[in-house]
Amino acid sequence: MPNSKRLILAHFWLAFAGFGVALVLGAWQMFVRSPLHPWISDPEWYYRSLTAHGTVMAYAFPTLVAMGFGYAITEAALNQPLVGRRWAWAGWWILAVGAVTALVPVALGNASVLYTFYPPQIGSPFYYIGVVLVVVGSWFWVALMSVNLALWKRAHPSAPVPLAMFGMLGGAYLWAWTSVGAALELLLQIIPVALGLKSTIDAGLARVFFSWTLHAIVYFWLIPTYVAYYAIVPRAIGGRLYSDTMGRIAFVLFLVVAMPIGIHHTFEDPQVGAAFKFIHSAFTALVVVPTLITVFTICASVEIVGRLRGGRGPFGWIAALPWDNPIMLAIAFSFVMLGFGGAGGIINMSYQLNMPIHNTQWITGHFHLIFGGAIVIMYFAIAYDLWPHLTGRPLLDLGLMRLQLWLWFVGMIVTTFPWHWVGILGMPRRMAYFDFTDAALAPEAVSVTISVIGGLVLLASGLLFIAVLLRGHLAPVREVESYRFAEAVHPPVAVPAALNGYAVWIALMILLTLTNYGFPIAQLAARSDTSVPPVYVGAQR
Amino acid sequence: MSVRDELSFRNSWFAVSVGLTLVIFVLTALVGLVLLPYAQPDLKFANLWDAICSAAGVPRASPEAAAVAPAFKLSDVVLTSTTFAHPSQESIGRGATLAQQCAICHGPTGVSRADSPNLAGQYAGVVYKELMDFKTGARSNAVMTPFAANLNDRDMRDLAAYYAYLPRLPAYHPEREVPLPKIVINGAPVRGIAPCGSCHGSLANKPGSPWLEGQPAAYMEEQLKAFASGARHNDISQQMRNIARAMTAEEITQAATYFASRPPDENVDPFR
Repeated sequence: MPNSKRLILAHFWLAFAGFGVALVLGAWQMFVRSPLHPWISDPEWYYRSLTAHGTVMAYAFPTLVAMGFGYAITEAALNQPLVGRRWAWAGWWILAVGAVTALVPVALGNASVLYTFYPPQIGSPFYYIGVVLVVVGSWFWVALMSVNLALWKRAHPSAPVPLAMFGMLGGAYLWAWTSVGAALELLLQIIPVALGLKSTIDAGLARVFFSWTLHAIVYFWLIPTYVAYYAIVPRAIGGRLYSDTMGRIAFVLFLVVAMPIGIHHTFEDPQVGAAFKFIHSAFTALVVVPTLITVFTICASVEIVGRLRGGRGPFGWIAALPWDNPIMLAIAFSFVMLGFGGAGGIINMSYQLNMPIHNTQWITGHFHLIFGGAIVIMYFAIAYDLWPHLTGRPLLDLGLMRLQLWLWFVGMIVTTFPWHWVGILGMPRRMAYFDFTDAALAPEAVSVTISVIGGLVLLASGLLFIAVLLRGHLAPVREVESYRFAEAVHPPVAVPAALNGYAVWIALMILLTLTNYGFPIAQLAARSDTSVPPVYVGAQR
Repeated sequence: MSVRDELSFRNSWFAVSVGLTLVIFVLTALVGLVLLPYAQPDLKFANLWDAICSAAGVPRASPEAAAVAPAFKLSDVVLTSTTFAHPSQESIGRGATLAQQCAICHGPTGVSRADSPNLAGQYAGVVYKELMDFKTGARSNAVMTPFAANLNDRDMRDLAAYYAYLPRLPAYHPEREVPLPKIVINGAPVRGIAPCGSCHGSLANKPGSPWLEGQPAAYMEEQLKAFASGARHNDISQQMRNIARAMTAEEITQAATYFASRPPDENVDPFR
């Protein structure tokens, strides 16, 4: 299996190294703004750390995991060497150089604008140029995924595309289109001001552009996890996938409904009309469909395993599952966190329910639970599953792997549940310190302290994860059987063209972008009275 | 199947999915643009088109009368961080001549012995803004208002350039270090008070905000009290009034005493 082992390992290691550093920063942030630490004397350090944490965790880490996993799937699922490996390395280098270019000004305190940019704040142009390079590097990957599948399709006309490849390609197309929003914001609005070519910025329009990226990017992070659900989990726990078709439908639905929903991030923004907030809210509700399809299909696949292992009755099959298998633990933890996080998400997308928790710690809790929890724990599972095939050495520390996954699950719950709670109490996000001696805030102190403990558990788990992978490189070389993906109970024989390619769904994705974003963007772009002077961050000390 | 065939309405997958998507879009658009505006009893519309435009986010004139004008003059000075960069030698020289009339209070070297602000090395934008505000009436003072009334825009720019050019507090030796008060270092988050240094220098500097180190404590205390009472109101968007109103008398004294005891910051560029 994979011919491009060095390439794939380079992606994973760059991702996990960044993840390790950003995790330390995250734990430090939780600690310094908690009642356990006196108020930080210069809040800029907090925002500097927060910017680095967000930039690495949101842009570099998941993108690199998706790219590395995508290349592995291209070779393993299509059973052909990666075409254009040199271009893939070029993409990796552009991404790596971009990440460094972005993070140096952040480290120097010249770009403490947080990873979501928040114009009219303007930091060093190198920060934004670095982020653009990260995105450009990932576009190489999108093109390579597409080209490799096209070559395979030419050699295998009318054969069903393997589900893993089909899903990853959907993620690649979704990323290609959704990253355009932030790219437009950076290239048309922020970078000209950061370079001093323009003296005003339309912060409202910039926020709308960013919302184009901001929600669908979450589904781009999610796709490797969903591919792991469908293509790794049933095989790894000794069963079969309940339905291949359901997987295809889930992936095409993500492409269609992930895009036209981002304005639910701007519910409190005055520059967007109420009708478009409603339309986006309604489309956001549709996102539960592919997730519920997936939860149903994967639960059914897992149930097959439980019953094959002798489980009986409505719940007896759960006890019969192979709980000593780290992948089994990972999928169970991932689903629990997906359930809580998804329920929270439904609150966020409802206009009125969103109002009390908008811009509170609830939101921070929500996206850490969904992304850091449900999604990232499957990134761990992907790494554990692929590592022996990349290094040629088996991972022998099953106990450590189970401990790591347990710690991540418990740590994430202990971190994010109190976060949700203090959010309901009204605690704002993006604050470097809180006056817990004030009577209004005193009840939040206990919850914040508990979540710091969760953060430290997460840090321990993350470091353990890296240790397990490093030990994997030191294990004795052993013959590793070829890599394979989960087979469906009814393997696909003939698949309709619409579920074997993305033409229809890309067309719908672009159509819905026009209907749902066209007017809000055009209306703001056409107005001449909506720009404000920038607020330079770190320009003078 | 070619891409052209796939994207044809003869392809039932394409026809059904596009049809379904458009039905959902049209339904949600109807609810959002028509039903919801009329479902809000406190919103009044001239006609259906008015309701649709409102829901789509097209700005409408407020039905209320024009905004209430304040009883006092607002500051109309516009500053950026480059407004006063690179002044000419001639400008500084003219400023020096004009500054002779200021010396009685602000000191011949821009360092006051009369509890007036020290102007030597102050940001040019700050000196210019205050002079302009005295002239327009946005800020008033029995001594300064008559002086400023006779200055034109060029005079004020020259004075600002001259004072920015002067070296800062040359003979200044702080007597004793006052411990850093919490109100200065952290502000008070629950009362909406940012740290002083987030505008006045130690953390960041915002155009129009003076540096405060070594300024007379009595002057700073008096100004904070004037902001708190509203007697002084030339701060943009009430930034200082909102802060001063939320400060206790003790915090005002602490902040003023602390800044008065500080030596000047060497790294300030008064022309930026």
